[in-house]
Amino acid sequence: MLRNNKWFFIISLVLLGLILILAIAFGAVSISISEMGSAIMHYFQGKAPASIHEGVFLQLRLPRVLLCAVTGAILAVSGVLMQGLFRNPIVEPGLAGTSAGAAFGASFIFVMGPKISPAIKEMTGPFLVPIFAFAGGLLATYLVYSLAKNASRISIMSLLLVGIAINAVALSGTGFMTYIARDPQARSITFWNLGTFAGASWLQVWITSAVAAIIFALSFRYSKQLNALLLGEEEASYLGVDTKKLKTRIMILNTAMVSVATAFVGVIGFMGLIVPHILRLILGSDNKKLLPAAIIVGALLMVLADMGARLLLAPAEMPIGILTSLVGAPIFIILLKKFNILGQKGGYNA
Amino acid sequence: MLRASGIHYHAGKKQILKNVSAEFHAGEFNMILGPNGSGKSTFLKIFSGELAASEGIIQYDEKELRKIPRETQARSRAVMSQHPELSFPLTVEEVVMMGRYPHFDFAPAKKDRQIVEEVMGKMDLINFRERNYLSLSGGEKQRVQFARVLTQIWERPEKGIRYLMLDEPLSSLDISYQHEFLRMAETFLGKDTVIIAIIHDINLAIQYAHRLFFLKDGELVAQGKPSQVLNEELLLHIFSIKARILPNPLNGSPLILFDR
Repeated sequence: MLRNNKWFFIISLVLLGLILILAIAFGAVSISISEMGSAIMHYFQGKAPASIHEGVFLQLRLPRVLLCAVTGAILAVSGVLMQGLFRNPIVEPGLAGTSAGAAFGASFIFVMGPKISPAIKEMTGPFLVPIFAFAGGLLATYLVYSLAKNASRISIMSLLLVGIAINAVALSGTGFMTYIARDPQARSITFWNLGTFAGASWLQVWITSAVAAIIFALSFRYSKQLNALLLGEEEASYLGVDTKKLKTRIMILNTAMVSVATAFVGVIGFMGLIVPHILRLILGSDNKKLLPAAIIVGALLMVLADMGARLLLAPAEMPIGILTSLVGAPIFIILLKKFNILGQKGGYNA
Repeated sequence: MLRASGIHYHAGKKQILKNVSAEFHAGEFNMILGPNGSGKSTFLKIFSGELAASEGIIQYDEKELRKIPRETQARSRAVMSQHPELSFPLTVEEVVMMGRYPHFDFAPAKKDRQIVEEVMGKMDLINFRERNYLSLSGGEKQRVQFARVLTQIWERPEKGIRYLMLDEPLSSLDISYQHEFLRMAETFLGKDTVIIAIIHDINLAIQYAHRLFFLKDGELVAQGKPSQVLNEELLLHIFSIKARILPNPLNGSPLILFDR
């Protein structure tokens, strides 16, 4: 573990800045730094973009990269929170059903909403989708916990197994929505299962950032209690932590932010696994350090991954979920091996 | 004083504790003994506030325990349980600092750091400060946990009483650290401190305890000063094994030998 954490934060922040600029600059259209500068100037002067490049920068590239950064931060923080809650480093929102449930909720209202009432799509489109995603995410997560519970204890093994089942149900639900959707809709639904930032808009950036800012701030307040929980539920309660309350709160906060992110960008697996794993190797497991570090490094890796998704098959684009799973699944397997699997460690008293 | 009155505890249909009443006085080293499954740990969990009794009342210093807020309890009551299950990498210092959690909001104050420093010094942990807790041996982990627990209630309270509860604190320690632990706990004693420990080694218990409590099948069978309460019939009844009591040649206190 690293002795001097200050340098870790300085270096990762600088790297994040660099990667953000690179990610904005490179793509189907390259944008120079001076174009970025003048686009921002024109925006604040209230003028129209002076060139197509400036328009691309303001309307496409910037919101995309920002949404990407916020989503990365959300998924990484979610991984830290869930792992702390289960006292096991192989839990993440993709495995516990949260993401898939949220994707189903989002696709459900996206397809069925207009059928129920045309007004729904017009009036509350961008807000209704995340709300339904939250409902779907909450339902799926709740199902996983209650089904995995055995005599008031959730073992990691049963959590993962039930997670597989609930994920399959949610996935086929989303698949069914795709099937009954009208053709142009169908194209945009498939992304919920694969994950992409291609449709990023400013509204999405604002909604996601607002939710993330509130929930991150609340999570920090719980970092001490989450640390205590690492010792075990009994020890935590001897240290004055109301573990039941803590678990419910973290669970709801976590599901809310993951669902909102999933509503806009789809399921992006394993980010919540990769980032905390790297951070624990460098910083240890003190949540006071892990949470802020997860925000920075989660953003950094997600922006990097999205750049890869845009550039690897350029001018075509690859769904980012494919890329993160490709890197994340092997790390998942390594963790399974390293922690001598499942049953023994951690768990969750529900 | 900690008082348990008429404690019953059922888990499902099984009755684990039957009408247990006991008083643990400040300034005394109280030790609970009994065979496996006699309800010792359950009893500790009840008077430490982790489990709610099916019937009966626990009082800390005349106040009913369940009326004292959890955070307040944590500032004057520390418990070392049998199997802390930390499985994440944390440094020894970070673990010991957790003992101060009930005393600060977000960042530890200077006093918290001083206490951590002092306890780590007393427990021979200074050189382990930056070590990963997971890389330690069983006995070393136990020392770290003990340090964490002591850190939690290190300062003597301005008013009221502090409570130290130990559930088999010695299980993975070598002989010298077993005595070290018990001596350390002893230095804690005073008219403002109640100490209660569950111990298996009866001869060790005799050397440190002011008062022994014997549990069998969920009932408090006997209690009293070691020199008064111990006799061969009692030991046979409780542990179902023949014992002889001799005077310890080192200090004259009772020495118990078990026949095979």
